[in-house]
Amino acid sequence: MNLLNLLVQGVLLGGYYASLACGLSLMFGVMRIINLAHGDLAILAAFLTFVISDYFDVSPFLALIAVLPIMAAVGWVLQRTILERSLRSGMLVPLLSTFGLSIALQNLMFAQFGADTRNLDVGDLSFSSFDLGGGVIIPQLGLLIFGVALALLGGLSMFLKHTSLGRAIRATAQDPDTAELVGINARAVYAIAAAIAVTTVALAGALLAMRANFDPYSGPMQLIFAFEAVVIGGIGSLWGTLAGGIVLGLTQTCGAQIDPRWFLLSGHLVFLAILGARLVLEWSRARGGLGALLGSRR
Amino acid sequence: MTAPVAFAVERWTRASIVSSGAGACIVIVLAVGPLMFSDNAVDKLTTLFVYVILAAMWNALAGYAGLVSVGQQAFFGVGAYFAIRLSVAGFPAYPSLIGGAVGAAIVALPLSCFALKLRGGEFSIGMWVIAEAFHLLVNQDPLVQGETGMSMISLNVFSHAERLAYNYWLSLAAMIGLLGAMFALLRSPFGASVQAIRDDEEAAAALGVNVFAAKRTMFILAAFGCALAGVLWLATSVTFQPKTNFGVQWTAYMILMALVGGLGTFEGPIVGALLFFVVQDQFGEYGVAYMAGLGAVAILFALFVPRGVWGEIEARWGLRLLPVGYMLKLFGRAPPD
Repeated sequence: MNLLNLLVQGVLLGGYYASLACGLSLMFGVMRIINLAHGDLAILAAFLTFVISDYFDVSPFLALIAVLPIMAAVGWVLQRTILERSLRSGMLVPLLSTFGLSIALQNLMFAQFGADTRNLDVGDLSFSSFDLGGGVIIPQLGLLIFGVALALLGGLSMFLKHTSLGRAIRATAQDPDTAELVGINARAVYAIAAAIAVTTVALAGALLAMRANFDPYSGPMQLIFAFEAVVIGGIGSLWGTLAGGIVLGLTQTCGAQIDPRWFLLSGHLVFLAILGARLVLEWSRARGGLGALLGSRR
Repeated sequence: MTAPVAFAVERWTRASIVSSGAGACIVIVLAVGPLMFSDNAVDKLTTLFVYVILAAMWNALAGYAGLVSVGQQAFFGVGAYFAIRLSVAGFPAYPSLIGGAVGAAIVALPLSCFALKLRGGEFSIGMWVIAEAFHLLVNQDPLVQGETGMSMISLNVFSHAERLAYNYWLSLAAMIGLLGAMFALLRSPFGASVQAIRDDEEAAAALGVNVFAAKRTMFILAAFGCALAGVLWLATSVTFQPKTNFGVQWTAYMILMALVGGLGTFEGPIVGALLFFVVQDQFGEYGVAYMAGLGAVAILFALFVPRGVWGEIEARWGLRLLPVGYMLKLFGRAPPD
């Protein structure tokens, strides 16, 4: 197997993970919530895209024009009904309520769509590729997904940095009470942030459905991938999320090269190793840094 | 100057004395269950005992130590896997089962140093990833043959009736033992610190409570308890299938029972397990609609009844059936000397 080609495939896969993770990163950054129904929302969007493109007999890309606003509304309603109330009662409740939502969503989708695995039909795009020679083959769909991920992360970070709404979101993320003092409606900002986050999740869900099969119970694994990408890249940084997604994609691709069963396991192990390394760094920093610790041995 | 307020500190209220006595009577009746009840009843009660264990153990984590784990199936599955490995190595069936649970608790010890450093949602999903990693590692064992799984053949030396009775007694003993251990823990000075963490972690730390040590004790207790539930489940089903034994649905059940019953109360999860057992028995056949309903119930309880059924009862009537705390009684005026 061509090593260069392996790296290319891993990086492209990482693009998908980054697109999946950026909503999780945004929600955690702004509301300090980890939404355990994150992956199930992606699958919900995938089903929605499937149904709309099937019903109107249009391309999935066209269906997204309807799906994205619907999912933005879902995010807004989610914040106003479940998340807002959960946030008021401390750290535990958002985890419990979003876990309940995850179970409910999975089983409602199962009741509606059954156990069949599906995917979105994107025609030739799903198997066309660019042959760069030397064994390096770039699938067009993979490249497109990577491009979308770049645009998503870039657009989101520009939006947060340079628009007044973006500044309001960042201010609320830092301190909602102080933000309200300068005239920001924190409640509205939270709802908008949730709507944006769920829109990005919806886009990622549609991308997933184009590149692979999905079923009503695919959500939890997507949540885990998203979370791994966020943590590997460092919580709170959007570009870090891209790096995290790429590391995860590379690890899985290389792991699967050794043994197909190692695809998931290698990703989990790298995630746990990075968490462990982070804990060691924090521990050593509290004692004067790694250098001081190593130096004191002499 | 205000007059000194007279007070009394009570642990055993009349209600708790009566209910503890009643509880002891129930246990005595349950202990001779297999001699009196039908096979079907014995089988169902065994399931109920496993549910009570699961609910109580998740409560030990979330209710007292403030740790929402979505990965307790790690211990549920790994305990069963160790039990199978021990039985293949030649140990008799029931000692293998207990050994499997002990093995899972031993794994939990180094794991706790790592997992307990994670905060909030990071801990939740971190535990989930750990459970997935355990699942995939166990799949690599040629003995297990991936998702095909295997049976615990050593259980077949017993007749069906014998196995039913032994499983029942083992589950009952495990439930009583774990609840007893939690009861003793919560009543000790250690229990006071754990309950302080439940009420306010930062304030507890400021008062000199060793938060990490307290959480670690609860973590390992919960790991051992979930593993015991896992080996008991293996004993009743005989087959080990990684996908089932490491399924996240176990944690979903735990969360639901503890949440509905009442997090952070001793009696709540027992009530929650009873309710869940009845609902499962009545509506389990509805499959997905039933599961979706369970998810909705979890949302509603988290949002509107976060104290759970038992927490509401406690708050309304001051009822404590099993006294793990103290009751402060204030009298209006100081009684004459």
